[in-house]
Amino acid sequence: MTDNPTVSGSLRNRLVLTLIGGAAVLAVLLFFAVRNYAAQVAQQGQDNILEASVASILDAAALRDGVLEVDIPYAAFSMLSTPSDDRVFYAIFQDGEFLSGYEDLRLAGGAEESDWSFKSGELRGERIRQVSASRTLVGLGRQTEIEVVLGQTQDALSQTLDQISRNAALLGLGFFLLTAALSFWVTSTTIGQLNKLTTSVTRRGPQDLSPFKKPVPREMAPLVTSLNSLMGRLDQSLSQSEDFIAEAAHRVRTPLATVRSYAEATLHRVERKDNREALRAMVRAIDESSRAAGQLLDHAMITSRADRLEREDVDLVELIRELVQRLTPIAEMKELSLSLTGDPTVPYSGDPILIQNAVRNMIDNALKYAPSDSAVEIEVNAKPEVKVSDSGPGFPPEEIGQLTRRFERGKNAVGTIGSGLGLTIAEDVATAHGGTLVLTNQPKGGACVILSL
Amino acid sequence: MKFLLVEDNIDLANAVSSRMRLDGHVIDHAANLDDATAYVETEEYDLILLDIMLPDGDGRDFLKRHRAGHLDTPVIILTARSQVSDRIGSLDLGADDYVTKPFDHAELEARCRAVLRRKSGITKSTIEMGGVVFDPVAGHLTVGGETVSLRNRELRLMELFINAPGHVFSKQKLADRLFSYDDNVSDNAIEVYVGRLRRHLEKSELKITTLRGLGYRLDHDR
Repeated sequence: MTDNPTVSGSLRNRLVLTLIGGAAVLAVLLFFAVRNYAAQVAQQGQDNILEASVASILDAAALRDGVLEVDIPYAAFSMLSTPSDDRVFYAIFQDGEFLSGYEDLRLAGGAEESDWSFKSGELRGERIRQVSASRTLVGLGRQTEIEVVLGQTQDALSQTLDQISRNAALLGLGFFLLTAALSFWVTSTTIGQLNKLTTSVTRRGPQDLSPFKKPVPREMAPLVTSLNSLMGRLDQSLSQSEDFIAEAAHRVRTPLATVRSYAEATLHRVERKDNREALRAMVRAIDESSRAAGQLLDHAMITSRADRLEREDVDLVELIRELVQRLTPIAEMKELSLSLTGDPTVPYSGDPILIQNAVRNMIDNALKYAPSDSAVEIEVNAKPEVKVSDSGPGFPPEEIGQLTRRFERGKNAVGTIGSGLGLTIAEDVATAHGGTLVLTNQPKGGACVILSL
Repeated sequence: MKFLLVEDNIDLANAVSSRMRLDGHVIDHAANLDDATAYVETEEYDLILLDIMLPDGDGRDFLKRHRAGHLDTPVIILTARSQVSDRIGSLDLGADDYVTKPFDHAELEARCRAVLRRKSGITKSTIEMGGVVFDPVAGHLTVGGETVSLRNRELRLMELFINAPGHVFSKQKLADRLFSYDDNVSDNAIEVYVGRLRRHLEKSELKITTLRGLGYRLDHDR
């Protein structure tokens, strides 16, 4: 009955992957943003100190008697000291002429436009940051321009940057882990709502087709609505089919009953042998068709009940005793007796109506083939099994495997009324309860049908 | 026995009634629940045969009201519904048995008999004739203080004869009443049952006479 649906992708995986992927990208972006900003700030710091230092050197420069004097203050270098002992290079130019310091510190290109110029460069194989600034000194009738270039290696800076990068990486990782955990949690609560719905639909009994009423999130409401409408339609069609079966039986059987009663009544008034034969044949045909109609409808009803088997705790013996009591008048009509033996009580969980119907068909069968003045034995035991045996001709051994097929009748059934559905019904009921129907012949003669549940 | 038949199908009701009268019963017919209620209020019945689908309601509602009014007349339901679905409800509502349409009249008779036998405390209807006490409900025949239980066909045969003493029954008529249509009846089957009944009646004043070519008759020797 249940086909597994075709699975395409997983909502959970999709959600988790999207959320975690997003978190990873965000974490990386965060890392770079923090690091760049830190680098900028650190650079700004170094630039400021270099600037201050250059400014102090420029301040110390003076024209004395037309000669340029630069007395580099101690503070100009001491303020540049770092924990990593970065090296400081300086160069002083006068009117573009190298005056003192490290000549390889070149003047910055765009010094003309602004007083201050900052740039990164390389000196003697080390990365440095250099600042240059100029100042025009005016002396007696003379003016000269002094330029100071100050460079500093960046060991302390890069150490600080390394440290900040590490911290930024840790921050990014932490952010990533937190978001990942959050996304797992969000996914499982979201999917959990679906699972809850699934569980409560699965837990329902086979007969429960009432609408689903528990509150669900708004997004799931359309799903639940369509589920409810599907169950409503199913419920309606099931009850319609049961009503239909009852109605169909009524429509078919009532006129048949009328015809049969008339035929029977006429038979009692008619004396001529050929007329009597004709009437008897008529009654037999009516019986045959009504029984076939009845069994077809029973079969339909049983199939629909078996599909949604409703188990109930019953006492098998009590159930069969009720049935035997009901069938006793029919047995007596044929001068047959029914005997019920076996265990005093056999508790079982099954559909009582189906079980009674199956056993009724088994007993009907036995009553049909049992010779006059014999007994049909019914045994209920705790296995649990219901055995019906008669002392009739038994099943033809070569046909025994085919008799439970629909409309299949044994060779020796010629001359008895039947539709060939009785044992099919019994077997369907057995199968619905997870049991079997076994047809055998008894060693002492006679058929024996065993319904194991 | 007095029966009430509640059935809206007039043809079927007529057929059942005429057959019941043939068996020596009194039968009233109600075509709807109103009539049925009126009959039940004015008459006493031994048994009610009740259809389920009636023009003015469900026969089971009638049964429910009937039982709620503490009337314990036995009820047999005549149903055309599927046997599977009808078992529920009708027996729980207090019906004593049910027959599925179309029914074999012999089956209906057998069910009536079984129900009446179960409720035999209510009705006592023995027939006394020629030193014989016959209880058709219990199926007992008492001759000279000795009671025997009759088998089903002997009982039906006895019933036919004792309800119409002096009437000649042909072999065919008897076979119609004793056997159902899917029984294979041999020619001497009736002779066998008549023979058994004769043995039971040996010590009484009743005698079954064979009329060659005509059939059998119950005679009362004085």
